[in-house]
Amino acid sequence: MSKRTLFRLFLALTMLLLVGATVVSATPLPQAEVVYTVKLGDNLWTLAKKYLGSGTAWPAIMATTNQKNIADSTFAYITNADLIHPGWKLLIPSAEAAKTFLATYDRSKPELLFGKRAKGQLVIGSWWTAGGEAEGLAGMFRIYKTKYPDVEIVNATVAGGAGSVFKGVLKTRLIGGDPPDTFQLHAGLEVEGYSPEQYLKPLDDIYTAEGLEKAFPKDLLTLLKYKDHYWGVPVNIHRSNVLWYNKALFEKAGVQPPTTFDEFFAVCEALKAKGIPPYIMGTSGGWEATHVFEDVLAGTVGAEKYRGLWAGTTPWSDPGVTQALENFKRMVSYANADHPAIDWAGAAQYLVDGKGAMFIMGDWANGYFTSKAFTDYGWTSPPGTKGIFVALSDSFALTAKAPNPENARNWLAVCGSLEGQEAFNPQKGSICARTDCNPALFNAYLQSAMADWAKDAIVPSLAHGAAAYESWVSDVKDAINLFITTGDVASTQKALAAACVEAGICK
Amino acid sequence: MRHVNWERIVSVLLLAPSAIASAIFVYGFIGFTGFASLTKWNQLVPDFTLVGLGNYRGLFVHPRFQIDLRNTVVFTVLFLLSCLALGFLLAVLLDQRIRGEGVFRSIYLFPMAISLIVTGVVWRWLLNPGTPEGGSTGVNLLLESIGLGFLKWGWFTDPTVLYIRPESGIGQLLHRVGLGMFTSPNFGMSVAMVSVVLAATWQMSGYTMALYLAGLRSIPDELREAARVDGASELQILRHIIVPLLKPITLSAVIILGHISLKIYDLVVAMTGPGIGFSTDVPAYFMWETTFEGNRFARGASIATILLLMVAILIVPYLVSSTRREAQI
Repeated sequence: MSKRTLFRLFLALTMLLLVGATVVSATPLPQAEVVYTVKLGDNLWTLAKKYLGSGTAWPAIMATTNQKNIADSTFAYITNADLIHPGWKLLIPSAEAAKTFLATYDRSKPELLFGKRAKGQLVIGSWWTAGGEAEGLAGMFRIYKTKYPDVEIVNATVAGGAGSVFKGVLKTRLIGGDPPDTFQLHAGLEVEGYSPEQYLKPLDDIYTAEGLEKAFPKDLLTLLKYKDHYWGVPVNIHRSNVLWYNKALFEKAGVQPPTTFDEFFAVCEALKAKGIPPYIMGTSGGWEATHVFEDVLAGTVGAEKYRGLWAGTTPWSDPGVTQALENFKRMVSYANADHPAIDWAGAAQYLVDGKGAMFIMGDWANGYFTSKAFTDYGWTSPPGTKGIFVALSDSFALTAKAPNPENARNWLAVCGSLEGQEAFNPQKGSICARTDCNPALFNAYLQSAMADWAKDAIVPSLAHGAAAYESWVSDVKDAINLFITTGDVASTQKALAAACVEAGICK
Repeated sequence: MRHVNWERIVSVLLLAPSAIASAIFVYGFIGFTGFASLTKWNQLVPDFTLVGLGNYRGLFVHPRFQIDLRNTVVFTVLFLLSCLALGFLLAVLLDQRIRGEGVFRSIYLFPMAISLIVTGVVWRWLLNPGTPEGGSTGVNLLLESIGLGFLKWGWFTDPTVLYIRPESGIGQLLHRVGLGMFTSPNFGMSVAMVSVVLAATWQMSGYTMALYLAGLRSIPDELREAARVDGASELQILRHIIVPLLKPITLSAVIILGHISLKIYDLVVAMTGPGIGFSTDVPAYFMWETTFEGNRFARGASIATILLLMVAILIVPYLVSSTRREAQI
């Protein structure tokens, strides 16, 4: 190829790129809309040409007719622009209205042709991908679908325990200005990490419209408020502090469920003497150790001081914290040696297989046992936490730049509704955030949790984002992870105190 | 001007898109990361107030980052040594013109075709030690059943850190000469890292073998023949002829494997996570967590910059010397 030919080729390509859109001009025509009955031989193009001056204006007829159909079903509903039948009633817009419509019409958005009913998409971000969680979410999707059949639900899930991976993806999308409409958010101070004033929309109006302030308990509402606004609609409540035990192994060793730390360690010794692994952990996920620590902390210092630690009213140098670290250290010394190799589900499996007697984990473990058809387990509160409900909750938030804010608002209404929560929670293995759910829908464990939820002192979970800012949680997790191996109480307590200062809560 | 150099213009035009793209998406973003690491951006909303090297100072006193640096060095050294040794051994063995060479070559090279994530998951299962009460699993079970039970250990769940104890003889000696700092666990080695090295070596030693094999095949037979005529033993040939001639190959292998190991992330994520007491934590993992869980974007950017510098220290001299050599030719 000669140089000149090559250059011409370039020139031609450039010209091609510069070819613009064709311009359509319309002649002045009827000022009012016309009801038209289709006759044999008509098509949208000729009708548009006749009434609106140009065949290219056909989308205006289609959209206007479809919109009318929603209110008045004697009008046709056109699903295929090439197919209209004689006898169909169409609504042809005024030339003015058609012009306005065409100015905003975008061929890449065919939903504009189908009236208000089909409102495009609803993009939901969550980390619910497996087991009961995904089924519960699907249950809420079904309810949404019956109400808004033409909205396409885009389930933007990213797998990964406690949302560790999902949050990374989400934050990138938030900063990049391409957020999902709504996403899963741990209720509580985790919202601070999303800089809600910038990236989220307050939901106070939804709370008013749906009467949610009356439906949720007071403690939960306090937990949900950040900077005097609600930023999420909670769908469920989980309990962090549950001690699960294998009944058969307890019987074998002749022990009773422990209620204090002394009893707990005595039970551990008794089980160990029988050759039974007393206490099971799985820490490979990175958060599980902190999860257990928060329950030990609450059980050692009590509800009031525990709350104070996160509010800055209890100093981290408190001897109660020292004692909690000592208790935790002793607890870990009874744990299975391979705990860094397995995650919480792996640990739960040890209980199912009778390879371990006790296991502290949130009540999603109950769902795991159910899925494995394991029934020979009992539950109690971990040492010292009787009467304390360490709570966490999943909520959904509305992003400030949501592409489909109306659809998202409808979704949040479903999340907060009785119907939505009753569809979600029995599947997920959690209790309703609302107080009026029907207990008969839930299994025995969840019924007991519902009873406790109503009467216990509710304190926020740390490991699951309720008690503290995300950056603070991250620091505590690091400190606890180191503590498991070093066992250095003094330096860990110092690190915890430093984390509180870093978070700006302590001085 | 009739004599316009069209060829030159066309070539510039053709190169421009990729040049612009890499200027923005590679160098632009590197620059932005470097800039972000000097700012106060430690929450979700960007805050570009400059704070100088504050983020770096914070990092180097952060206990987790100190452990990460230690782990990176330990991993890189062990991984390089084992890959080079094993790769070289396999290449020399394969070079003996054995029957079925192609089959063996494919078998050894094959792990490289697998994603590090898959490698990580599989080795996580294999090296899961099991519990004393529940019995061994994976490799430990294998060792047990072939009568080598004394070899089994906790693999990546073992939190032990080997380091020079201050109270030991060498420790006291170091103290006396003012090098007491080397007697802290931060200058030690966490034994859990061995498991990760094992998995990484399994994956990459075949590749090293392929590099060495190509090098061996390019050594002319005349050189060996001449040495043999002079009465050199096979071992002497290996030591005095083959190894020196393979130096450039070794250098390339070190560069390629070295930058993989400095940046290692996926294998650790899939296999062990940060590990117990951060025994298998690496800077890239800390970078991810501190950025996207802790919302400390500036600190994450600092770690990224440090990683870049570490890789640059390894690669830049190589690039410079190879461009010089090309220029000479």
